[in-house]
Amino acid sequence: MSSASRFVLIAALPLATFAAAFLLLPLAQLVHTSASGPMGLSVYLHLLERPRYLRALLDTALLSALVSLAAIAIATTAGLFLVRHRFAGRSLLIGLLTFPLAFPGVAVGFMIILLAGRQGVLNQVADLLGGRMVLAYSMTGLFLGYLYFSIPRVILTIMAAAEKIDPALEEAARSLGASPFAVLRDVTLPALTPALVASGAIAFATAMGAFGTAFTLATNIDVLPMVIYTEFTLAANFATAAALSVVLGLVTWVLLFAARSLAGTTVAAGG
Amino acid sequence: MRPLFALQLGVTLATCLFMTLPAVLSVLAGVTANYFQGISSGLTLQWVAQVWELYADTIARSLLIAFGALVATLVIGVPAAWALLRTPGRLSRAVEEVVTLPLSVPGLALALALLQLYGTWRGFRMSDWFILVGHVLYTLPFMIRAVMAVMATIDLPRLEEAAAALGAPAWRRFIDIAVPNAAPGILAGALTVVTLSIGEFNLTWMLHTPLTKTLPVGLADSYASMRLEIASAYTLVFFVMVLPLLVAMQWASQRAQSIGATR
Repeated sequence: MSSASRFVLIAALPLATFAAAFLLLPLAQLVHTSASGPMGLSVYLHLLERPRYLRALLDTALLSALVSLAAIAIATTAGLFLVRHRFAGRSLLIGLLTFPLAFPGVAVGFMIILLAGRQGVLNQVADLLGGRMVLAYSMTGLFLGYLYFSIPRVILTIMAAAEKIDPALEEAARSLGASPFAVLRDVTLPALTPALVASGAIAFATAMGAFGTAFTLATNIDVLPMVIYTEFTLAANFATAAALSVVLGLVTWVLLFAARSLAGTTVAAGG
Repeated sequence: MRPLFALQLGVTLATCLFMTLPAVLSVLAGVTANYFQGISSGLTLQWVAQVWELYADTIARSLLIAFGALVATLVIGVPAAWALLRTPGRLSRAVEEVVTLPLSVPGLALALALLQLYGTWRGFRMSDWFILVGHVLYTLPFMIRAVMAVMATIDLPRLEEAAAALGAPAWRRFIDIAVPNAAPGILAGALTVVTLSIGEFNLTWMLHTPLTKTLPVGLADSYASMRLEIASAYTLVFFVMVLPLLVAMQWASQRAQSIGATR
């Protein structure tokens, strides 16, 4: 072996050691734990038979799908607007749409409590009108919270893709007499499709695994991460918690892998 | 043209309001004497002072762990990024896929995995090291990707060949050529690691003990058990710490990208 290729091995050694000790072995242990309960491997069948787990899985998937669609619709509208128009205050608006990127999920939950909780601004307005509006601790509250952390990620991906569209294409369509709506439908959106798929997959996967926001808002709602958390900490049901984690991890990984093969790199984080 | 324009403008402004309003309310609540009576009850820093008394240790621990994660991701990630680019084809793609797993597998699942394997090793489990491991696990892919992205745009093999012809051994070529040329990527990666570490909750909540609480863990604690003004003041402290980092991180990432584009 040449000294150059020996140094490549040395350079990769810290990564190999860390990944083996704190990623691969723990994940293997997680799979092992899931199968070492009283039911063995059939714990995975059991998950499908128990309505509570199946429902939580389906509810979480449905919520995540709705959040992704809403985030894409909003982010595409606002993102295209910000890419196509230059005006004073444009960077400020971009900043206002993306600053929650670094917020932990619990802080996002707190934002929704201030917006739609018992002492939230919506309820204060409703109170003046003689009504009541507390959404924070319901599915609607979770939807708002997930939307809050999804919009910044999705909008950055969509804006980056929209910057790369050749303006000549849209101009050509316009000069041939296409209406603004037709240009959007036939030129802009098709060009954006890979970014829409990628960011949709990121939003969906992040929402599926979102723990912090659910921890603040979903005290009475069975979304998958909360079910895993209660099975593990309150019920000490380690095999079930591990099996549910394996299922959740596989779902999000497969999705993001597929999206990446379709559309380049992805960044999923937080929630 | 007009209706489409009005719709886009409306959605953009409404979304800005949705993102900004709760954060503004939170900042206001953190400096208002009594949030339920409104601003008219007076502005005060007493809640911020109370947060400092109650939670200063969590802030210090978060800074310490973020620094530790930075050092660890630099030591592990920068050489690894270089090695991955040196390794051709399928093997390096497979390794990259494995080490970026923490981006696609939820933090809760990763934390359970760590707990299953190391939970019974008391000394490790009860220490800040356990949380540091979780943070390195989660932030390392960001460092590796940021460094690889910049290294891939430079003609490193050419530069290193020239150095090799002049007699520089492999480790000197890494230190003297690869690292300085990848500096913009390393800076972007470093700021990302620190920002994400300070805000990390999903793993940390599972990994922490009563004696190893970080800032976001303390936030969750205050949301559940403190009055709204203290929870808000604590959130304000978090904003003040993380928002400058976020701005710096986005600036550094764009700079790294544009350097890549012009070479």
